[in-house]
Amino acid sequence: MGNINLRNVRKAFGDAVIIPGADLDIKNGEFVVFVGPSGCGKSTLLRLIAGLEDLTSGAIEIDGKNVSSAAPSERGLAMVFQSYALYPHMSVRNNIAFGLKMANVPKSEIDEKVAKAAATLNLTDYLDRKPRQLSGGQRQRVAIGRAIVREPEAFLFDEPLSNLDAALRVNMRVFIMQLHQDLGTTMIYVTHDQVEAMTMADRIVVLNRGNIEQVGSPLELYNKPQSLFVAGFIGSPKMNFVAGKVAAGHKAHTIGVRPEHIDIVAGKASGGEPSSSPSILEPMRFFMSMPASAAISSCAPTASMTASQATKSR
Amino acid sequence: MATQQSRALGRIAVAPSVIALFLWMIVPLAMTIWFSFLRYNLLDPNYACSLLTPGQLFDEANRCFAGTSNYYYFLTDPAFFKAMTNSLLIVGSVLLISIVGGTLFALLLDQAIVGRNIVRLMVIAPFFVMPTVAALVWQNMLMDPIIGFISWITKSLGMGAIDWFTHYPKTAVVIIVAWQWFPFATLILLTALQSFDEEQKEAAQMDGTPPLSFFWYMILPHLARPITVVVLIETIFLLNVFAEIYVTGTGGRAGNLPYLVYQYGLLSNDIGGASAGGIVAVVLANIVAFFLMRMIGKNLEG
Repeated sequence: MGNINLRNVRKAFGDAVIIPGADLDIKNGEFVVFVGPSGCGKSTLLRLIAGLEDLTSGAIEIDGKNVSSAAPSERGLAMVFQSYALYPHMSVRNNIAFGLKMANVPKSEIDEKVAKAAATLNLTDYLDRKPRQLSGGQRQRVAIGRAIVREPEAFLFDEPLSNLDAALRVNMRVFIMQLHQDLGTTMIYVTHDQVEAMTMADRIVVLNRGNIEQVGSPLELYNKPQSLFVAGFIGSPKMNFVAGKVAAGHKAHTIGVRPEHIDIVAGKASGGEPSSSPSILEPMRFFMSMPASAAISSCAPTASMTASQATKSR
Repeated sequence: MATQQSRALGRIAVAPSVIALFLWMIVPLAMTIWFSFLRYNLLDPNYACSLLTPGQLFDEANRCFAGTSNYYYFLTDPAFFKAMTNSLLIVGSVLLISIVGGTLFALLLDQAIVGRNIVRLMVIAPFFVMPTVAALVWQNMLMDPIIGFISWITKSLGMGAIDWFTHYPKTAVVIIVAWQWFPFATLILLTALQSFDEEQKEAAQMDGTPPLSFFWYMILPHLARPITVVVLIETIFLLNVFAEIYVTGTGGRAGNLPYLVYQYGLLSNDIGGASAGGIVAVVLANIVAFFLMRMIGKNLEG
């Protein structure tokens, strides 16, 4: 089981308050993504859950048990680090087996689990290599393998794909989602890349300056952002904001319009020439791996969002 | 250095310094080899042998040219074997003490303890004390059986004074030299410890690694390379230990190869014999270096 509950979690380094107070409930089996601009406290929050940082106040519960002061290894979590943090002098096999060895798991069982993880991760041929002999993607898989064998309550990913090149990143994204489907284990995933967040998450937690701005499914955040920050952060190209007289006409302080809801019509513009024109559009692809019976949901924004619905003033 | 032209240019550019360094090394070595084949004794009225021209070499019934006899006498001298054993003893013991002690001190200094900077400075200080001074300080202030601090402690404990330089001259020399060299090991290993990857430490934490296992499986492999560097550098310097033995007057029992060469050259005025000894020491040092590189040099690769 991997229910993780944060109760008014607060973190401060001296006078610098990183997380003023966060409440969050993560249900077993969920894929939750923490997203936000750099310095928003998303990594800190993850590290608090992992136990790598001490709480200033508040409590963290895993399956109803307060683990606020438990050591990282006692929380039953596994973490995949941004730099992979593989042990450089150990072979891939020993890297994957190390956690089990430290937990005094019998040798035969370790071998079995390592072999199974290696098969899942296509690492069987590389088990006797050292990390420095592997490519970035392979190292990433070793780091995931190290997490898998411990059969944790939940996986924690700290920007795991940011060191990979673009093509590999897409593959690993699919791979991690597949892994989530196969294992059904809770996963918490930190990223600053909203494409990752939108494509992978069951629920997204948007953070801004240590505050949880909004928690919801990707489409919820896209269609019903609760704050100006979320509206501006989710979506690329960004939502257009109009304030002033036009907004006042809709009884709002600011109204937001998604770029795709703007039609270009003939006629004279009052504001002058457009300053630039797009020449390259990034196609967004959605990878689905699901049983045939499952319906494929359209990911195009369906609601024709009216201006007043988009954003309320704050 | 991409093109052939720039490579050739590079060679020409570094040539003057390479040549100067080569001469710097080869001239003394060549002279030592030359002397080692001569019957060259400062007390011998015939000492002009050293300056002879090849024509005079075999004059006077071969009086000047010694052939390999200098080597023969040096190698068969009972003092030679003892000196060699002492050399190895000093190198081995000091290496052991400085690496074990250095690792422990480095681990300690890597922690956030109160007054860390001052402690660091104090730990590193012995390295800056020149050998002669270190030997005098230890001899007179610490190890003296009457006024020394150590004997004061042992006497206070009712164990009586220890006359280090009379009864344990080798131990005393090893202690003094180790005192000077463990700060070096501490310094190198501390910088290595500080470069230990923080995320790796955290990964080990997530894996639930207990402290001793962490040291054994993470820290020690990480330190393998700097330890190799310390071993190589210290070995070179420790083979040359002289001042500590000379100043404390323990040369009779703790004398190593450099001390024996000194005895030959400056006490017996036998330049030829001393030169032969010097060449033997160079050859032995190279043998040690060769095996050392083979044993631990692989740590320096990759």
